Amino acid sequence: MSRIAARFAHLKRERRGALIPFLEAWDPDGPTSTALLRGMPGAGADLIEIGMPFTDPMADGPIVQAAGKRALDAGVKMTDVLGMVRDFRAGDDATPIVLMGYLNPILSYGPERFCQDAAKAGVDGLIVVDLPTEEADMLLPFVTANGLDFIRLVAPTTDDARLSHVLSGSSGFVYYVAITGITGTRSASSDDLAEAIPRVRRATDLPVAIGFGVRTPAQAADAVRIADAAVVGSALLDTLAANLDEHGRARPGAVDKVLDQVRALAEGIRNAKVAA
Amino acid sequence: MNKAVPPQGLDGGRNSLRTGPNERGRFGEFGGRFVAETLMPLILEVERAYNEAKADPAFQADLDRHMTHYVGRPSPLWFAERLTQHLGGAKIYFKRDELNHTGSHKANNCMGQILLARRMGKTRIIAETGAGQHGVATATMCALFGLPCTVYMGATDVERQAPNVFRMKLLGAEVKPVTSGAGTLKDAMNEALRDWVANVRDTYYLIGTVAGPHPYPMMVRDFQSVIGEEAKRQMQEAEGRLPDAAVACIGGGSNAMGLFHPFLDDTSVRLIGVEAGGHGIETGQHAASLTGGRPGVLHGNRTYLLQDDDGQITEAHSISAGLDYPGIGPEHSWLHDIKRVEYVSATDQEALAAFQLCTRTEGIIPALEPAHALAHVTKLAPKMDKDEIVLMNLCGRGDKDIFTVAGHLGVKL
Repeated sequence: MSRIAARFAHLKRERRGALIPFLEAWDPDGPTSTALLRGMPGAGADLIEIGMPFTDPMADGPIVQAAGKRALDAGVKMTDVLGMVRDFRAGDDATPIVLMGYLNPILSYGPERFCQDAAKAGVDGLIVVDLPTEEADMLLPFVTANGLDFIRLVAPTTDDARLSHVLSGSSGFVYYVAITGITGTRSASSDDLAEAIPRVRRATDLPVAIGFGVRTPAQAADAVRIADAAVVGSALLDTLAANLDEHGRARPGAVDKVLDQVRALAEGIRNAKVAA
Repeated sequence: MNKAVPPQGLDGGRNSLRTGPNERGRFGEFGGRFVAETLMPLILEVERAYNEAKADPAFQADLDRHMTHYVGRPSPLWFAERLTQHLGGAKIYFKRDELNHTGSHKANNCMGQILLARRMGKTRIIAETGAGQHGVATATMCALFGLPCTVYMGATDVERQAPNVFRMKLLGAEVKPVTSGAGTLKDAMNEALRDWVANVRDTYYLIGTVAGPHPYPMMVRDFQSVIGEEAKRQMQEAEGRLPDAAVACIGGGSNAMGLFHPFLDDTSVRLIGVEAGGHGIETGQHAASLTGGRPGVLHGNRTYLLQDDDGQITEAHSISAGLDYPGIGPEHSWLHDIKRVEYVSATDQEALAAFQLCTRTEGIIPALEPAHALAHVTKLAPKMDKDEIVLMNLCGRGDKDIFTVAGHLGVKL
């Protein structure tokens, strides 16, 4: 059983949803980002999503764009992203790690070699934003061959006819993009989610995570009442950005401030017991 | 990954290079649909709507009427006699697409797509623009049909193309400067895609070049192919034969694709695309994706891109805001790899010299974009025989560029 499946099975027994915090690799630099990653499980992260910086993140709003730019300015390479995961795995063999990013850096690295190296480093799943099902054959064979989970995005625009097509070949969990929009901009209403998530559930037995617009412990709790996991990204990046000095370096205590926020989100989720 | 397609054509049966793309939107291994899932259903909807429109005689008739009476087609074919004498070689003909309404070939595509958007019931139009020519053409069509229009333009380009920014505003468009990246065409396209993701129900994204996800490269090519179709006919009338070479500048590559496509199966015609060499290919400061890039995925398609060793997109440079783009349409990447089209480059300085030459010898102020094509013609024509013919697409007029050119010539306006 993959780490992701094992973690969701465990959470199901505990009858609670998962918190999936997001961090951008090397935002604002390698050591800060590594410290943040190492601290996340202790603060209540059930799975962790790491953003792979890209110059042209088309689905991301200003907050993730700025985080990616800080990381690229710090000189991050794809090998460094994998290095962070390898470092993390030395101390934690249970918390699943999902890499999220765009296709071109993976193509440039070599899709097969990337999947091999990611699996070796201890990565559990991949989310590639600009690789829809129609183009998935460029990567999927290598993902599968290396035992990685291929996590698909499902959007409000994905109609029922398309859902089964989109979910073919997906594993790990399904990432429901809660809004038609970019990251860090607005949030879905509970009514929208109450309509959308059962529709996704009818098409898959995989756990469903809700992302885009989940910022507060209350929103995270709402998300796991109806789905299985909440992804929180921009809200955490905002906190980190607010704790950088004028040169873009992390002020003392910056990592702790973000981890405190992770703790509060985890608490929100633990208080929202999943209905039987 | 798809296997490379042999030069015999995409369907493997008919002996034609004009049958692409395949059902996946691929030209060989280039093209495709690399967009976030949120946009995927919209892209498929555009494709369905376009295929229906293309097969509908009423749509074609409506398009023809607007192209004739509003855009002003056919554009003339002009024998540039003084330039020919000056260069002392092949006869040079200009396809005068700068005489279109709005001053460039962009009107051809905008008219086609706005009629499609109306047919699809869309009520808001967005576009990206570099030099502002596509933005102006889009704003113009939106004014004509009373549709609200938002144009994304890199902040750097807003500055260097001030006249076009004002034209768009006069036409009622909202111009949104984009400050991410280097503030040029690539960044404007990112922002337009982000707008589309957030406004999926009512908005039509009117892409200005033969790039982006399928069906855009095919659709924009089809609307621009009127250039080559007319030129082919006009050349027969003027000379009784096809040209020996056809030359066009390339940023994303829409005017070149429009000129080249009808000639792809005419193997006697050399096709030459001229990329922006900026300060020179050797300096790394250029916008020549085919000459200086390698294949990757950006803005919805797989194509040649300027990128670093880690797959990060690098900034393009060109004196011409319309060519300042790190990618190129996927059909060009394919035509490059199968060697049907030759791709060369011209530097900023060469384009400036050609700009002045054209102005003085032909009384035509060209845009800086086709000045790149002309720069190559000035190298090519003298090496050809006097009975040979070069056809060049003069795809835009240069009124918008006089401030940039003045700056480079040390003149204060």
